Amino acid sequence: MSAALVMRASKRFGDRDALVDARLEVAAGTVHAVVGENGAGKSTLLKIVYGLVRADRGQLAIGQRCDLARHGVAAAQALGVGMVHQHGMLVPTLTLAENAALGHEPVRRGLLDLAAARRDLARAAARLEQSLDPDACAGALSVGEQQRAEIVMVVARAQKLLILDEPTALLAPGEVDRLLALLRRIAGDGCAVVLVSHKLDEVAEVADAITVLRAGRTVAELARGVATREVARAMVGGEPPPTGAPPPLPPADAAVVLMVRGLAVHDLSGAATLRPGAGSAGGLRQVSFEVRAGEVVGIAGVEGNGQRELVQAVVGLVPAAAGRITLGGVDMTHATVAARRAAGLAHVAEDRHHHGLVLDATVADNVMLGRLDEVARGLTIDRTRVRTLAERALADLDVRPADPSLAARALSGGNQQKLVVARELGRAAVRAVVAAQPTRGVDLAAQARIHDRLRAAAAAGAAVLVISADLDELFALCHRVAVLHRGAIAGELAGDALRAADARATLGAWMVGAA
Amino acid sequence: MMDAVAAVVAFVAALATVTFVEMVVRITVPYLLAALGGAITERAGLVDLALEAKLLFGAFTAAAIAHDTGSIALAIAGAAVAGAAVGAVQALWAIRLGADQIVTGVALNLAAYGLTRYLLQVMYGQGSNSPRIDGIGAKVWSSPLTWLALVLTAVAIVMIARTRLGLRVRAVGERPDATAAAGVSVAGTRLAAVLVGSAIAGVGGAQLSLVVNGFVAEMSSGRGYVALAAVIMGGWRPAWVALVCLGFGAAEAVQVRMQSAGTGLPPELVRLLPYLLALVLLATLRGRGRAPAALGRGA
Repeated sequence: MSAALVMRASKRFGDRDALVDARLEVAAGTVHAVVGENGAGKSTLLKIVYGLVRADRGQLAIGQRCDLARHGVAAAQALGVGMVHQHGMLVPTLTLAENAALGHEPVRRGLLDLAAARRDLARAAARLEQSLDPDACAGALSVGEQQRAEIVMVVARAQKLLILDEPTALLAPGEVDRLLALLRRIAGDGCAVVLVSHKLDEVAEVADAITVLRAGRTVAELARGVATREVARAMVGGEPPPTGAPPPLPPADAAVVLMVRGLAVHDLSGAATLRPGAGSAGGLRQVSFEVRAGEVVGIAGVEGNGQRELVQAVVGLVPAAAGRITLGGVDMTHATVAARRAAGLAHVAEDRHHHGLVLDATVADNVMLGRLDEVARGLTIDRTRVRTLAERALADLDVRPADPSLAARALSGGNQQKLVVARELGRAAVRAVVAAQPTRGVDLAAQARIHDRLRAAAAAGAAVLVISADLDELFALCHRVAVLHRGAIAGELAGDALRAADARATLGAWMVGAA
Repeated sequence: MMDAVAAVVAFVAALATVTFVEMVVRITVPYLLAALGGAITERAGLVDLALEAKLLFGAFTAAAIAHDTGSIALAIAGAAVAGAAVGAVQALWAIRLGADQIVTGVALNLAAYGLTRYLLQVMYGQGSNSPRIDGIGAKVWSSPLTWLALVLTAVAIVMIARTRLGLRVRAVGERPDATAAAGVSVAGTRLAAVLVGSAIAGVGGAQLSLVVNGFVAEMSSGRGYVALAAVIMGGWRPAWVALVCLGFGAAEAVQVRMQSAGTGLPPELVRLLPYLLALVLLATLRGRGRAPAALGRGA
């Protein structure tokens, strides 16, 4: 079988080695997975192939030998390489046909030939047996639909090598299956597919071969059929941390700490004004649930189905349009953020850069945020106490480097997130925890630490609410999992039903509104 | 009471005349062209606060060329070039050098006030007026600018909706990263949009000086800012922007009529009318259209 891609590359960013003579060989007509922890160099390696990043040293052959010094996006495209980016590259206000035409617009008598663009897209979709509406506004489609449309567009132009960067990160289980089937089909047509991922189950399901990167080096090249456990060991360079199970179930008569009744919140995304009536979830409608002391409750769902509205309303960042929120039996519906924190509510924010940390402030100052009551001495701040608190927080979750005087920006993503968790859960008298996407974008070791800390909080009697798009995370943490779909709870699994073999399929169906 | 009603009826009846319609058209043209130009620039993702400068330089250049050559056509072409020149400076600062777009716009407007006065002094030896020129005067239906404005409106609408540049402009104002990933130059598309938009706004300036047969210092008198308000109220869509400008033109014409009719209201208050209308509309029409997502955010 001929090789679609053969490369070796080294790349430094500043004083950090991103790639050290990393090697990748992809056979034509196969699905090839590139796996590794965050920061292992997966994305950099494939951005070099697509011409978005220039390698310092190395060789590259895509069917023919390429000059790495002059390799760029245009050159890569000319060789039949296409890339689907993690966050999608469709312009939401344009139709699919317009998006497909962008950059190589068909023109007739000086005007855009949209009919031709529509025809080309429909033909490309038919070839891959995908159904899509060329006149649909891209922003009105679900993430999965957008992604499939984007793949159709990219494959229509790139017929030798298709690169996908973390394509399943935002998809519901059912949509993942459709995507993987589509990738197999594309490979069957002779186009090599390179899939960057850290979800080993999916990789095992679809990949013909696996390249494992660790710290910028190729550490393993595995064939189909290798146990997931072997791949994980190669990724982390040792035994992978155990995934763990939920903490012991609290007694049935444990007190309800966090109660939400009939909560409604206005849409925060502005999607309703962006495209009125075009499939927007429109905030949160009539959501009720309760979390007992010591219990971990998960909220699953495809992003944009009201999770953000729910979190921000519970922690007090946005007002509730209707309904009630109580904390330890006290009505907190209209309480300020400060009052809720004082009542024992901890919040691990979804976006650590915007809501979790002040990136340019020191680690110590970040630990102090929202905990001023613990460090205030009259009108001044007790600096020694701040340092003690910070050192305790750093030790609590093994944040590295453990230097409180460093700017938060200097920490890696995983360590930043550990810092947020340590601050929020290290406060005195935490009674309820709202953790939104607590391990998004962090490596396996940091994820294990954060999960352990959340379990410990529950074991200590806190009511824990985990909002996550990652079902594995919810299975590993929660006693109960509810699914948000279009701003309402579509269903809930608990106990044996949550441990049953078909739990993933059931939750997945609720997530896409198919049940 | 009956007197008041009769007065209002008489006033409204007085509006329904050919001269009133002509006045509306004459007043609307500079708003319309500045706002269309602004809509094109903003759709590409650049805040166009420099409309005032484009109107003013357009007006000055048109007057200077008409004075020297006597040609209206050359004067209008010159105004377009002058507008595009302001746009080129704006693009250099905001796109190439990455300067703040709002500060760039305000700086250009202030520079335009000063520089046109300076040029008046150097070229004509007087600081507030150009010499009288043979402009267009009060003509409306035989003014080439009236018809050019109509053509440019159609051009702007078609350009945004149905041309290659228009599609790229719409994309680049929304998702510059995605546009670049599609192989389209973000800077190049923005430059093209700014130059086209600024040339159209410059033509709007020609209307200012050619209808009064001379250039007067600061004669744009805030129209660039009103035009920007019209861009926002029209939801960045050229056809709607054009309608909003027509509304402004009508409001200003009513204001002029009210002054000459003698309503008893202080003229300073009457002159506020179009701006009050702008404020009310801005507050009520907000949210109807949507700003380009990348507006003002640099590359």
